[in-house]
Amino acid sequence: MSDARSDIFARIREALKVKAPKPHLKGEPVAGKTSAVAKPWLPDGGESADASLAILAEQLAKLKAVLIRVPDQAAAAKAVAELATAKNWQKVAYHGHPLLRPVAAALPCEAWEADASFEKQKLEGCDAGLTTCESIVAQLGAILVSSASSGGRALSILPHVHVVVAEAGQVVPDLGSALALAKARHGDQMPSMLSFITGPSRTGDIERILVLGAHGPKELYLVLVG
Amino acid sequence: MDDSKAIFLKDATVNAADGDQRAFIRKALGGYYTNRDLQKARYRDWERARDAASMAKWSAVNDLANVLEKFVGNFERNGGVVHWARDAAEARAIILKIAEDNQAKAIVKSKCMTSEEIHLNDALEKAGFGVVESDLGEFIQQLRGEAPYHFVFPCMHVKREAISELFTKHLGTAPTDSPEELTMIARRHLRQLYVDADIGITGANFLIAETGQISITENEGNARLTAALPRIHIALSGIEKVVNHLDDLSVLLPMLATAGAGQPMTCYNTLYSGPRKKGECDGPEQFHLVLLDNARTRILADPEQRDALHCIRCGACLNVCPIFKNIGGLAYGTTYQGPIGSVITPHLRGLKQWNHLSGASSLCGACTDACPVRIDLHHHLLHNRRNATKESPTLFDQVFHHGFNFVIKRPWLFATGGRIFRATLPLLQKLPIPYMGAWMKTRDLPKAPAQSFRDQWKNQNV
Repeated sequence: MSDARSDIFARIREALKVKAPKPHLKGEPVAGKTSAVAKPWLPDGGESADASLAILAEQLAKLKAVLIRVPDQAAAAKAVAELATAKNWQKVAYHGHPLLRPVAAALPCEAWEADASFEKQKLEGCDAGLTTCESIVAQLGAILVSSASSGGRALSILPHVHVVVAEAGQVVPDLGSALALAKARHGDQMPSMLSFITGPSRTGDIERILVLGAHGPKELYLVLVG
Repeated sequence: MDDSKAIFLKDATVNAADGDQRAFIRKALGGYYTNRDLQKARYRDWERARDAASMAKWSAVNDLANVLEKFVGNFERNGGVVHWARDAAEARAIILKIAEDNQAKAIVKSKCMTSEEIHLNDALEKAGFGVVESDLGEFIQQLRGEAPYHFVFPCMHVKREAISELFTKHLGTAPTDSPEELTMIARRHLRQLYVDADIGITGANFLIAETGQISITENEGNARLTAALPRIHIALSGIEKVVNHLDDLSVLLPMLATAGAGQPMTCYNTLYSGPRKKGECDGPEQFHLVLLDNARTRILADPEQRDALHCIRCGACLNVCPIFKNIGGLAYGTTYQGPIGSVITPHLRGLKQWNHLSGASSLCGACTDACPVRIDLHHHLLHNRRNATKESPTLFDQVFHHGFNFVIKRPWLFATGGRIFRATLPLLQKLPIPYMGAWMKTRDLPKAPAQSFRDQWKNQNV
């Protein structure tokens, strides 16, 4: 296959011998990091923590994700337990994380630490998946999960409901900040999966009518502590 | 006339006359326009954001050799395996070999237009591998045995009654007219397939050189499941999808969603670097990436149209195109429909057979205005028309252009010709004029003015 590789590179180098003009822009091109350059043009993510939280709440509501704000860990455990009772969950899978173990322990139903003894068929049968996250993007209402923060790849997508427990300090204003944070935290040892989750799974494939719960979770809860 | 052109003209004529279907498509797109405008309004300067998106792609495409090399180095360092395919046949052979080497029993796929481009499903099925499309729209199109109608909304032309019938026939489910219930039928049917499949095939929306990650954009969660549960993940991507920095996604991901689907971001935007890492509990054991040229370097070699490689496949140009809305996606007969398809298909499959698509445009420029990465779409359609005429001019082109050239250089001849033309115009209306039949069928010629423009200008200035 090295043959195809060198052929393709030869074609590319040959093609690029002729320079292309810059695109027709509205303004002058600005040098610098894309997110810094585009920040004043993109949707607002808030200049203060409070402003960001307000934007986040608005975005999540539009996305039909549910935001539950609680003052402390104990209240978070109570809120998730109430959800489990209200929704009649029988089995909840959770990521083995210090923030989540007390929440799982307070559940009124079976709780299974999925990443300790992973089994995909068993996970498919769970009502809800409980994870932490890397960060939360106010600007877009997006929650960044990773294979490191969320018990692998499947826990945040396979169960019918996804519950994220996070701290208010994890909210960042915009997408650029979330990407920079992930890079700073993991360097060149990125988790094998990083996923921005923007609301419950959805499709508009039938007559462009919105339906929630296409293949992933039908419901998404963000329990924000602090 | 070439086959592709004859089929295009026939289908376009039939579809344009189908008022019901056109109204259905308009209605389906109505919600998109509303949502897109609402989301665009959240941008503090959408036009400048388009500048940033355009420059992010421009800088990668115009330094493709270096950026691609860097990407591949990082991708391999993360534990992935890169395969190179000069054309569709090589890409199919690579994927078939992976399936054979691993004795795959079941393959699940998430939406990937590049796989449509190389006709991957046909090849897998002929080799005896079962393959199931998991994106709802693609799943429906696979059951219908039909190509996608729109490369983002594959079955937007199919009414719910037809989908219900299709599911009853293939899955044995009870009829329903609820889009929600239909979605749940597909959800229940596909869930076990993810668990059972041993190979998951996905596309890639962006390849990030800086980190060696691939980025996949979707709404349903089917790509997430496809890349999570099977033991082998194969991604297929064109070489032009590469961008320099992870940070470039801070503009590209939201704009892709807003331009293409009227969303702030699509539901899942996922970055993959390598197979399951040490200490991770799930994820594939092998991660393969097939990088495809398939004439992309031909577009790259045309500096005038190189920006067509900026395309992030959002579909915005289709959604606003008056031609697409009237003739529908299937009439194009291409993998990529609408304005971007009309621009790149002649490069991918030959200008001679596909130049008719350059005419499938009113040159209104709505596509160029809608493009989040500022591809000069409608001018490229003109460029293709010019190139086709240069490459293989028809007899009409030759006679007409030489004749025009001869007359325009001789003012006396031009004036005399004009006088004769004005005098005989009423006659022309009644005569069959060669080459003008299709135009004349639905139009009347205007009344000839008494004076030529040149005469009017002269008199006015007196």
